[in-house]
Amino acid sequence: MIDKRVGSVAEAVADIPDGATVMIGGFGEAGSPIELIHALIDQGATGLTVVNNNTGSGEVGLAALIKAERVSRMICSFPRTANSTVFPELYRAGKTELELVPQGTLAERIRAGGAGVPAFYTATSVGTPLQGDKEVRSFGGREYVMEYGLTADYALIKCERADRYGNLVYNKTARNFSPVMATAATTTIVQTRRIVEPGELDPEAVITPSIFVHRIVTVPDPLVESELVAAGATYP
Amino acid sequence: MTSTQTLGWTREQMAQRAALDIADGSYVNLGIGIPELVAKYVPEGREVIYHTENGLLGMGPAPEPGTGDPELINAGKKQVTSIQGAAFFHHADSFVMIRGGHIDLCVLGAMQVAQNGDLANWSTGAPDAIPAVGGAMDLVAGVKTIYVITQHTTKTGDPKLVESCTYPLTGPGVVDRIYTDLAVINIGPEGFHLMELAPGVTFEYVQERTAGNLVLETGLVPS
Repeated sequence: MIDKRVGSVAEAVADIPDGATVMIGGFGEAGSPIELIHALIDQGATGLTVVNNNTGSGEVGLAALIKAERVSRMICSFPRTANSTVFPELYRAGKTELELVPQGTLAERIRAGGAGVPAFYTATSVGTPLQGDKEVRSFGGREYVMEYGLTADYALIKCERADRYGNLVYNKTARNFSPVMATAATTTIVQTRRIVEPGELDPEAVITPSIFVHRIVTVPDPLVESELVAAGATYP
Repeated sequence: MTSTQTLGWTREQMAQRAALDIADGSYVNLGIGIPELVAKYVPEGREVIYHTENGLLGMGPAPEPGTGDPELINAGKKQVTSIQGAAFFHHADSFVMIRGGHIDLCVLGAMQVAQNGDLANWSTGAPDAIPAVGGAMDLVAGVKTIYVITQHTTKTGDPKLVESCTYPLTGPGVVDRIYTDLAVINIGPEGFHLMELAPGVTFEYVQERTAGNLVLETGLVPS
């Protein structure tokens, strides 16, 4: 029998070691697996490399993980957001490294990593400082930079409904990076609002097929980051 | 310029002017700031589909107070709505639309535009700044047509239309047209080609506030 459900968020993240690379789904608060992130803070792993589009807001969720100095390196496209003060402070203090990646290149690097594609060429960042010293090749008279596929030890993502196999559907723009991250991690850990019986999800409408998912934990009523930030909440 | 700027178009009028040039049936990505205002001015009878890079085609206006969903947001992380006929998708597919040349038009803000179409709009390059790029480099590299909406000069009166950008580039040679508070300007073989002036504004007035080569588009009669 296949049953990927685990009993708690603590159990779901228990084996994440120091120094792991962790992809965390979400664009701003939409799709951010805030309970899994808080469980990771409680668990204590440190020296993490975290891949996310942003760096969280306020002092909850991803921002709280960064504030607790568990993240030695961020790979993201937009570390500055309203209410995002934690990362800038640690970055300026030299406590957290930043690898800045254009958003589309970040998504494609993750997609490529999940697809077993080690590198690819893109026109994005050609002629800009982010081209850096990357390899450049010309195809059809246009220049492209080489970018590497990106994989991770773990992905933490959030979805709307899941079955015990790990088939997933999402809610609106909370989908964002999660489906590609699920493909690129050795172990993909999902928090879902609801568990349904196999067969209840229309196979035509499944967004993440179960093969990409390893652990599922039900969080029926997840915290809303913007409400916590507005209330000045902190974690832990 | 030390005098208070009163000539020319307001932010709303700049957006309104740009909206006139959006063709029926276009798939359009609007940047944050003045570009966001463009959507409400697209002339009636034209159907335009708005893309937001965080995974929605068919973005509608902001929700009525109290009806929003924190999981339905735009690239600026503000709550939006989806239209009848909208589609959600993941980030890699969203940037397939951008980088694969499927989006017809992107309207963006700018810090500087050079006369060869170079755009700088993501960083001042200041050593203590936290760099943040988002999807800007993907949009300018992949979208078929790039329009810029910007004030003609900075708050301190420095030209934003320049011979060459001093800020780090978002992309080289990517801008097609610029809508400022003073004029509509195309990037052309001779640099900044003046296409249209805001009411009461003269060619000379624009020229004084432009640091690159400004020419009158052939056949255009200055107002």
